Amino acid sequence: MDRREYPKFFLLILPAAVVFIAFFIIPMVRLAVVGGSGELGLAAYMSFITTPRHLESMIATVLLSFSVTLAALAISTASGLFLVRNRFMGRETLISMLTFPLAFPGVVIGFLVIMLAGRQGLIGEVTKALTGSKMVFAYSMTGLFIGYLYFSIPRVILTIMAAAEKLDPALEEAARSLGAAPWRVIKDVVLPALRPGLIASGAICFATSMGAFGTAFTLATNIDVLPMTIYTEFTLNANIASAASLSIILGLVTWVALFIARSLSGSTVAASG
Amino acid sequence: MTSQTTAVSVISCAKTFPDGTRALEPMDLEVAGGETVVLLGPSGCGKTTLLRIIAGLEMPDKSGRVLFNGEDVTTKLIEKRNVGMVFQSYALFPNMSVRDNVAYGLKVRKSARSEIEGRVSEMLEMMHINDLADRRIDQLSGGQRQRVALARAIAVRPRVLLLDEPLTALDALLRDRLRVEIDTLLRSLGITAIYVTHDQAEAMALGDRIVVMSKGKIAQIGTPRDIYYKPQNEFVADFIGTVNRLRRSDVRQLTGMEGEHILFRPEDAEIAPPDEAHFTGRVSSAFFLGDRTRLVLDGVGEAPVVIESPMREVFNVGAQIPIRIRPEGIMTLPAGEGDA
Repeated sequence: MDRREYPKFFLLILPAAVVFIAFFIIPMVRLAVVGGSGELGLAAYMSFITTPRHLESMIATVLLSFSVTLAALAISTASGLFLVRNRFMGRETLISMLTFPLAFPGVVIGFLVIMLAGRQGLIGEVTKALTGSKMVFAYSMTGLFIGYLYFSIPRVILTIMAAAEKLDPALEEAARSLGAAPWRVIKDVVLPALRPGLIASGAICFATSMGAFGTAFTLATNIDVLPMTIYTEFTLNANIASAASLSIILGLVTWVALFIARSLSGSTVAASG
Repeated sequence: MTSQTTAVSVISCAKTFPDGTRALEPMDLEVAGGETVVLLGPSGCGKTTLLRIIAGLEMPDKSGRVLFNGEDVTTKLIEKRNVGMVFQSYALFPNMSVRDNVAYGLKVRKSARSEIEGRVSEMLEMMHINDLADRRIDQLSGGQRQRVALARAIAVRPRVLLLDEPLTALDALLRDRLRVEIDTLLRSLGITAIYVTHDQAEAMALGDRIVVMSKGKIAQIGTPRDIYYKPQNEFVADFIGTVNRLRRSDVRQLTGMEGEHILFRPEDAEIAPPDEAHFTGRVSSAFFLGDRTRLVLDGVGEAPVVIESPMREVFNVGAQIPIRIRPEGIMTLPAGEGDA
């Protein structure tokens, strides 16, 4: 860039810079400072290891988000491929319905899980009629898992379908003509082609699950996911520093997990190529 | 290569799609072992559907059967048929190198590592792509890609090689070069090959026999010479090369002919002295092609007549030119086919 262009450049970048500083840098820095200003000082940032309650919460949240991501990717890949490759009556309606839950707040999804597997839920009624004992899992890890899966699938399936549309059917036919069995075609041709879509949507799915609050809040489970722990520290214990440090840690852990996923999938490709 | 070649028999194969469209009328086709047969026709004529039925990618309607050397393979899926396929879109695996693409079929068959390596080098050598072995697919040109696709298809020693418009995506110069290479390859392998194209020049150059198809039916089967010089119907005559059609009343001094129309190719007409001419036409346009001049004449029949002259003469638009048709170049269609 020409030196004389600098003033113009700064002038043009100013609006974006103001917004970025006001809405990203300042709150983040404030949050980080608040997190280190409690009784514990900077040690608050280690509380997710040193405080057992926080450690449990962290492990539970990561495991939950991880399994939800895997399940959502598996279900969405299978059904996304089916929807792209088959034409049937009501297909368009079905596809547009898939995006319907995207707008639901976590509270509504929690409520849906309660209606399905809560104390008065459908599954409870059916199992009572069949076996005599009520099956209730809305308020457990399973309930959270189902709720999270419910809001994750629409986020994933559309990306997968977009990637699958672009997949040349001749690629699979070529693999089959060379003798590859169906599972082999999936492994060698379909999944590598969908890989960018799987990584992108898996990342969104994982991050959303890590930070999801409404569903957990509604189900009022005995498992504290990290956002619930943050909420408890903030409102009930009025431990603002602890809430702030946990927030930063939540952000960092999610970021690191996504970073690892991205570089791992990158290296497998390098190895196979 | 394999000493045993595979004959392919298609027996009353038809194809109706779920929405009721008939892509293929019931048809029979015999391809001898080691023969190259070209399925030629305009888009939508059913040639690709027929190829996919032979490949095992489509099932024929109920009564149809496909035999490889007498063995009924109709219900065998493509992965069990041991056919090699080459696609218009190349269909190379983008996540694998050239070498891994060529090796894929052998890896799937769990061949020994040393055997795979030997075979892959042999294939790369044969297709002149040794230098590209470790390239990624997106680093290759179209012509190189199709060479890799051919190497990949023949590496597994398929019983039948099926090619679906393999040159259509290439530019003209590359198409001609690769056509020669494919021809040499098919002759040296002695493999049974079925080749789909809409390009008649490709069909003429490559086919031992050509199957001309139209609207889901076989219009004619024959050697390139048969198809060109003895078209059996209006469609074949029009689709292959350029053909002129005149009424008998448009020409003089032609006797002993059957039928209402006479057909002839541009190269079978020559400029003649007026007293030997069969007709006289007015030049409406002249295209100098270098080795010859293509003339479009009107004022003869209903449609303009196209002729070709190898002479260096300059033709002016509007000039009247007397034309004689070489006797051996006069074609007539079998009775009932000529007056469509």
